Amino acid sequence: MTVEVRIPTILRTFTGGEKAVQGAGATLAQVIDDVESRHPGLKSRLVESDNLRRFVNVYVNDEDVRFSGGLEAPTADGDIVVVLPAVAGGAR
Amino acid sequence: MTRYNSLADSVGHTPLVGLPSLSPSPTVRLWAKLEDRNPTGSIKDRAALNMIRVAEASGRLKPGSTILEPTSGNTGIALAMAAKLAGYRLICVMPENTSVERRQILAMWGAEIVSSAAAGGSNEAVRVAKELAAEHPDWVMLYQYGNPANAEAHYLTTGPEILEDLPEVTHVVAGLGTTGTLMGIGRFFDDKKPGVKIIAAEPRYGELVYGLRNLDEGFVPELYDPQYVTSRFSVGSRDAVRRVRELLEREGIFAGLSSGAIVHAALAQAARAEKAGEAADIVLIICDGGWKYLSTGAYTTDLDATEDFLDTQVWA
Repeated sequence: MTVEVRIPTILRTFTGGEKAVQGAGATLAQVIDDVESRHPGLKSRLVESDNLRRFVNVYVNDEDVRFSGGLEAPTADGDIVVVLPAVAGGAR
Repeated sequence: MTRYNSLADSVGHTPLVGLPSLSPSPTVRLWAKLEDRNPTGSIKDRAALNMIRVAEASGRLKPGSTILEPTSGNTGIALAMAAKLAGYRLICVMPENTSVERRQILAMWGAEIVSSAAAGGSNEAVRVAKELAAEHPDWVMLYQYGNPANAEAHYLTTGPEILEDLPEVTHVVAGLGTTGTLMGIGRFFDDKKPGVKIIAAEPRYGELVYGLRNLDEGFVPELYDPQYVTSRFSVGSRDAVRRVRELLEREGIFAGLSSGAIVHAALAQAARAEKAGEAADIVLIICDGGWKYLSTGAYTTDLDATEDFLDTQVWA
């Protein structure tokens, strides 16, 4: 079961410059723990006291996990996890 | 009644049109609310005019005032029209990587533009505007990201118009920027028809826009309250462009790029309802027309080249 995790520019120091890394797990939390085992330091930039950090947005297949279970959001083989910093929006 | 005392008074009451070709079945229907039919051509007329109305009523805005606003375009354009008519000076802080048409239109109505750096996108425009506001305490920053009058405009007008035109509505899909549209519509349905799903479509920009600053310096608009949102989707430029082209091809609607992101999220909701065998009446917001984005090549250039270009821009 492999999930692709896309890493924002600012966090690529933890992945040796890689834009995307592979992870495994049935939930986002498991995927993050799995990725952390090969890229130590990453988890603490995403997670703080068992929650996502305030200015970090994580999407599983484009859906914001804050509305689909948070760190317990389910993940499945072939899913794409995107990590992005929170930004102000568009033509507004 | 379609007679109004002035252009500003004609804001709102936009048409809600069916999308028979994009709707998956007679029981799962899509409806587009055409916000490009507002006085300056975008949904932002509602927020801008209401922010001005409230600021005038409270005495914050007075004849001769200077208005300052961080905007990536449409709010600035709406404010520029209103400021021109009321005699206010308007200064817009805009990321330098926004479409050229937006600058031309702002200049046409007499707005002054301060450019903020491309990297960081609208976050950077907000930061620069806050700095300028601190240096010029006499300027009035309406500040759409934190001004309750922004969300209130949609609570008072957009939400009620949708419910009146389509009492059977099940979903409303809108763009997420300042969050004003979604917060106003979300609160309205929470009060009047709880259970309507409020879906946010957020543009996913290229790496340049997210910048290289520390994650702890991120930005969440002060107006945002996630309790009024059911789910939130991130839509990249490629999907947004594909959908504006599909909307043009199949329904004849010429919409701007953020509307493409909204159509993409709405179609996902429609597919989900269809698969579950549930009836749905899904309203999606067309924020503006495509005119201001012609220079991006979104309607004419091949998809790969368009995507590469848009990934350096604040396209929504």
